[in-house]
Amino acid sequence: MGNDCLIELKNIDVSFDGEQILHDLNLTIRDGEFVTLLGPSGCGKTTTLRLIGGFLQPDRGDVLFAGKRVNEIPPHKRQVNTIFQKYALFPHLNVFENVAFGMRIKKKPKAEIQKKTEEMLELVNLKGFGKRSVNSLSGGQQQRVAIARALANEPRVLLLDEPLGALDLKLRKDMQVELKKIQQQLGITFIFVTHDQEEALSMSDTVVVMDKGIIQQIGSPEDIYNEPKNAFVADFIGESNIVDGVMRQDRLVEISGVQYPCVDSGFAKDEPVDVVVRPEDIDVVTAGTGFLTGVVTGITFKGVHYEMIVDVDGFKWMIQSTDMEPVGKTIGLHIEPDAFHIMKRSEYSGKFGDYSTFSDEMDEDQQPDEVIN
Amino acid sequence: MKAKKAALPYLVWMLLFTVVPLGLVAYFAFTDDTGRFTWNNILRIGEFIPTLWESIKLGGIATVFCILLGYPMAYIVSRSKAHVQQTMVMILMLPMWMNFLLRTYAWMTLLEDTGLINSLLQLLGLPAAHMINTPGAVVLGMVYNFLPFMILPIYSVMVKIDVRVVEAAQDLGANALQVFRRVILPLSIPGICSGVTMVFVPAVSTFVISKMLGGSLNMLIGDVIEMMFVGSSLNFNLGAALSLVLMILILICMAVMNHFDDDADASGGILL
Repeated sequence: MGNDCLIELKNIDVSFDGEQILHDLNLTIRDGEFVTLLGPSGCGKTTTLRLIGGFLQPDRGDVLFAGKRVNEIPPHKRQVNTIFQKYALFPHLNVFENVAFGMRIKKKPKAEIQKKTEEMLELVNLKGFGKRSVNSLSGGQQQRVAIARALANEPRVLLLDEPLGALDLKLRKDMQVELKKIQQQLGITFIFVTHDQEEALSMSDTVVVMDKGIIQQIGSPEDIYNEPKNAFVADFIGESNIVDGVMRQDRLVEISGVQYPCVDSGFAKDEPVDVVVRPEDIDVVTAGTGFLTGVVTGITFKGVHYEMIVDVDGFKWMIQSTDMEPVGKTIGLHIEPDAFHIMKRSEYSGKFGDYSTFSDEMDEDQQPDEVIN
Repeated sequence: MKAKKAALPYLVWMLLFTVVPLGLVAYFAFTDDTGRFTWNNILRIGEFIPTLWESIKLGGIATVFCILLGYPMAYIVSRSKAHVQQTMVMILMLPMWMNFLLRTYAWMTLLEDTGLINSLLQLLGLPAAHMINTPGAVVLGMVYNFLPFMILPIYSVMVKIDVRVVEAAQDLGANALQVFRRVILPLSIPGICSGVTMVFVPAVSTFVISKMLGGSLNMLIGDVIEMMFVGSSLNFNLGAALSLVLMILILICMAVMNHFDDDADASGGILL
C-alpha cells in the first residue's frame, strides 16, 4: 500500500435547495487504500462519493486527484469508476457488452476487449454468462456484472455506493469477502459507502464516520471502535454504554459521585466528559463486590453470549456475558480501568448510550433498508 | 375468469365493428356488383400503383420529418423538471383539442396563392411562392397533424430511462454524444417504432389532408378509395379491393418496424 495521497477534498461545502449537505469537509485518501464512508442516511456520504465521481461540483472547496484540481472535470474524463446503488446496468446490452462498454468507448482493439472482458467475468465468477441478458440475472449476479464493468476500465479508484444494500445477508457476507479480495488482488483504491457499521469494520483500512455533513472521526476500524471521539461515533459503531462523568485528574474519572481509575489522560482538571464502556468489557460479579450494583431487567440470547439490561439507580446498562443471570436478580458489575474510554463533551452528549428504551426490534427499525441521499 | 368477463363488452364490440366489417371488405373485394366471385377488382389494382406509391412516399417523408422534429423535442421534454414536463406535454397536445378539419383549413388559408404567407411576402417585396396543391403542402399537413403522435410515445419511453444508467455510461468514459448513441438512442427505439406506426399508418391512408392541401393533382390512395364510395366513380368492389391492398401494405410495413424493435430488445449488440 502506497503512502502517497491520491484524492484530497479540501474545505468542501455542498448544498441542495438551500439545505447544506456537506460542511467544510476535509478528507485525504491514499493510493491503494480501502476507505469506507460510514454514517446514517442523509449524512452526506453519497454526496461525498458523487463529488469524487464528478457527478457533482462543490459550492466551495477543491477536489484534488493526484495533486491536480479536478472540480470541473466531467465524470467521463476521470480515472474513477463507480458501482451504483442499484447497479445501473445497461438493459439493452447483454452481460458481455455491459462489461465491454468502457473499452468500446475507448475504441480498444477487438481482441483485447474479448480477452479483458472474459478475464473480468472470470474475476467475478461469471464465466460463461456473457451472452445472457442482464435482466435474467439475480441481484447478486447483476452486482458482479457491475463490478466487472467498472473494473474492466482499469480505474485508479473504484467508488462503491452501498453496493451490497440490496443483497440478502448471506450473499452480502460473501460479497464483502470477495470485494476485499479483489481490492487486494488489484491494489487499487476503493471508496466504499455504507450505513452498515459491521461491513465498514470488517472491510476497511480506514473508516470515515460521518453525520450531518460533518466528518466525526477518521481512523482504522480498531481506532474507531476502541477510541471513539464522541458519543455519536461510540453509539453508531457497536453497542456502548455512555455515562456522564467528570475527569478529576489524569487517570481518575468520577461517575455519579464515585471515582474510578482509568487509563485516559490529557483532560482539564474537573472537565465534564462522556464515559464509554463497551458491553463486553463489563464483568458480572456477586452483588456488592463490583463497582456498581444493579438489577437485571431484561435478557436476550444472542448465540455467542447473552445480552442483559441492568438497571443501576435508574440508568440502564447493557452488558454482554456468556453467563446468564435471571431477570430480577441483583448483581455486581466490575469494570477494569482500561475498559473506560473517556471522550470530550460534544453536541451528541446525553443523546446516546442509555438502554432504558432499548429493544431489539427498535434497533432493527433504526436500520434504514434503503438509503437515498 | 373475471378478466375474461370484463373483456366481453369489447369482444362483442370488436366482433360487430371490426371483424364483420373486415369480412365485408374482403367480400366486396372479391365480388362484382352482382355478387359473383371475381378476381377483376384485385387485377385492376395495377392501375393505381402510382397513386399507392405516391401515398407511401409522402407518408414516409412525413414520418421521417416527424422523427427529425419530434425526437429532439421528446428528449428535451423528458429531461425537463417534472412540472415543466406536464406543461410542455399539454402544449404539445393543445392543437389536438382543435378540430382536425379546422386545423387543415387554417393551413389552406396560409398556403393559398393569395393566402397569408404570400400576402406577407408581397408586403416585403419578395416574389410569391406557389405552395398550395403541391406534394410539399400535403407533407406539411401530415407532419403538422400527426407530430404529437410521434412525440408522445418517444417521450413516454424516454422518461423511463433511468438517470443512473446515463450516469453509468458517463462514468465509463462516454461523452455526451456517446451516451446518446450508445444508451439513449437504443433505449428509445421502442418509442420510435410506435411513433412511426402511429404516424405512418394514418398518413398513408389520409384523404382529407391531400384533398385540402394537395388538390386534384396530388391525389392519394385515400382520396381514390373515398371517390369509389361517395364520389364520382362509385365502385364499392374496387374500393374494397384497394382498401384491402392498402391494409396489407401497412401490415407489412408494421411487421418490418416490429422486427427492428425486437432486434433492439434482444440482440444486445450496438445498433449503430
